[in-house]
Amino acid sequence: MAKKIVIEPVTRVEGHGKVTIQIDDNNNIIQSRLHIVEFRGFERFVLGRPYWEAPVLVQRLCGICPVSHHLAAAKAMDVIVGAGTGEGLTPVAEKMRRLMHYGQIFQSHSLHFFHLASPDLLFGYDALPEKRNVINIAIENKDLAVQAVLMRKFGQEVIARTAGKKIHGTGAIPGGINKNLSIKERDELLKGPNPFNADMMITWAKAAIDFFKSYYKKNKDFIDNFSKFPSNHLSLVRKDGALDLYHGVLRAVDENGKKILNDVDYQDYLEYIREEVRSWSYMKFPYLKQLGPDKGWYRVGPLARLNTVDFIPTPLAQKEFEEYKSITGKISNICLHTHWARLIETLHAAEMIRDLLNDPDLQSENLITKGTKAKRGIGLIEAPRGTLFHDYEINDNDQIIKCNLIVSTTNNNQPMNESVNFIAKSLINGKSNISESMLNAIEVGIRAYDPCLSCATHAFGEMPLEITLIDSKGNIIDKKSK
Amino acid sequence: MSIFVKFTIDGQICLAEEGKQLIEAAKENNIYIPTLCNFSGIPPKGSCRICTVLINGKPATACTTKVSENMDIKTSTEELENFRKAVIELLFIEGNHFCPSCEKSGNCELQALAYRYKIMAPQFPYLFPKRSIEAWHPKLIKDHNRCILCKRCIRGIKNEQGKSIFAYGKRGENLEINIDKETSKNISDELAQKCMDICPVGAILVKEKGFTVPIGKRKYDYNPIGSDIEKK
Repeated sequence: MAKKIVIEPVTRVEGHGKVTIQIDDNNNIIQSRLHIVEFRGFERFVLGRPYWEAPVLVQRLCGICPVSHHLAAAKAMDVIVGAGTGEGLTPVAEKMRRLMHYGQIFQSHSLHFFHLASPDLLFGYDALPEKRNVINIAIENKDLAVQAVLMRKFGQEVIARTAGKKIHGTGAIPGGINKNLSIKERDELLKGPNPFNADMMITWAKAAIDFFKSYYKKNKDFIDNFSKFPSNHLSLVRKDGALDLYHGVLRAVDENGKKILNDVDYQDYLEYIREEVRSWSYMKFPYLKQLGPDKGWYRVGPLARLNTVDFIPTPLAQKEFEEYKSITGKISNICLHTHWARLIETLHAAEMIRDLLNDPDLQSENLITKGTKAKRGIGLIEAPRGTLFHDYEINDNDQIIKCNLIVSTTNNNQPMNESVNFIAKSLINGKSNISESMLNAIEVGIRAYDPCLSCATHAFGEMPLEITLIDSKGNIIDKKSK
Repeated sequence: MSIFVKFTIDGQICLAEEGKQLIEAAKENNIYIPTLCNFSGIPPKGSCRICTVLINGKPATACTTKVSENMDIKTSTEELENFRKAVIELLFIEGNHFCPSCEKSGNCELQALAYRYKIMAPQFPYLFPKRSIEAWHPKLIKDHNRCILCKRCIRGIKNEQGKSIFAYGKRGENLEINIDKETSKNISDELAQKCMDICPVGAILVKEKGFTVPIGKRKYDYNPIGSDIEKK
């Protein structure tokens, strides 16, 4: 009798999703899917609102990475007010936004690695659920837990000083920013008493990479074989090929690292990207138009970024990038390498924060640029979880009449499904007993993408984890919840 | 020569010019009486009822009452405070006030009163009325979702010819305040800003200028509404 396994919701990710695995009479996987079961619809209720509200309104999509939405919307509005497509702002405006963004990358990456992902690495995905959580990290690795909390706090404090508050600030406005950084604010971050300063954050970010590398040395087979499948990879890159999380051109490479989207202007993204709707998920499936939905899907996020860029423009992160590349080769299609890539980006973000804090441009007064107004604006940014697209159109009365958001996690929809399928087949196929650790392994695969399902579809609800076994006639055979 | 009268507010002996608006007289004696529809310099209306106080034991609005000798005024009995809180809550549920994305947040008097009265969530159900945004004007937006119909704009904003540029439209529960096409023609940037500033909420916005004041520098970011009067 065929069975269906449901994991709902997937835990230790931001937002709600469920996994269904259908198994035939011989316990072979017929089909496995990650369903996104949330729905909110920001694209709809932003309609009619004045355009300058968008950066503040749309960031309410998320409480983890609102800065990304805030800045992507602000970049789109820069185009609408004639302030250019990412390069027309005054130095203080662009650098304040960058500082805000790198603060966001630093806190979000730290949150993900230490709070969400590390329990699986420290205790193993097959450890008991009551052991495999952040509370036990705090009990058994107190120093690491304190470090994790302070790293996140530091990133949040950078955001507070650039956006006005830690979550849902107002710093970026169409054509620029509404504040610069005072000397006092700068020194609080740059010269704060240990450990709360930029230099210590660099030290800790470097230590986190060392921690991962040491883990990798002992668990190479597990990391390299847990989930791997060929895919395309997409991100923004700086015009010279450097990693740039705030602005750049769109680049995509295939599974072998060959460029398939060659540094194009993202204002033309609809020439290259399409979205497919499938009946079983509220989340769309983006793909590269030239390759079609079957072959054109791609990964975004840290793994993809380190596959697309040529180098990292800060010395310590570049050194780590070179070591990473010496092991992964030109390109990595290995899911759990994402953690490594994320930590290298965390170090890069810390270095960028220090360098920006030392830049006297941040104390300049020329905050806003405006030019010839346009009716449409597109803003892209490399959010912690990957490329984020914001596209708006306005009418003659300055009201938004069209909005399209392609959120990082949406871009990773097909890759996450591929991971679920890969892990289900390698761990569950042919097994008559399905253990809790096998189901957690599937979640580990999804967690590597650090998906923000709230961002992707934008919802709320309760969080019980329920696993249900259902036969082909829909009868519940077994049900477990935690 | 001005004649001063003696009266008491919550037991405190006060002095003020005879015939002065009670709300202004209280202010001169460092006593804050909350209000939304009243605005210094324009004729009082008494429409929001938030400034209701007890005068010699009887309720009356402090904005429309003139102060006189030996008045015994109570501004903050338990009953009055509960009444005031309920009125504020009713204003929230009757419109669509989404503070998180409103550019008046931090400068909004309705929001500031809600903070002062520690309103975490209204006790009444939200009505979520379907309302429009009037965005045709080249310099102004009138967002009917947020309008509390206090009439400050109608009373306080005149064009160069002395004519109101805002007027009531529709009737009953559909009542709204609109921008007058004729009288609002060619208004200056300064007058447009005055329109926005006189509105106690975020119902009147100057186009293309949102969120220019950073968090931390907005009027009520650190100082609760009324604290400027009470601190004097």
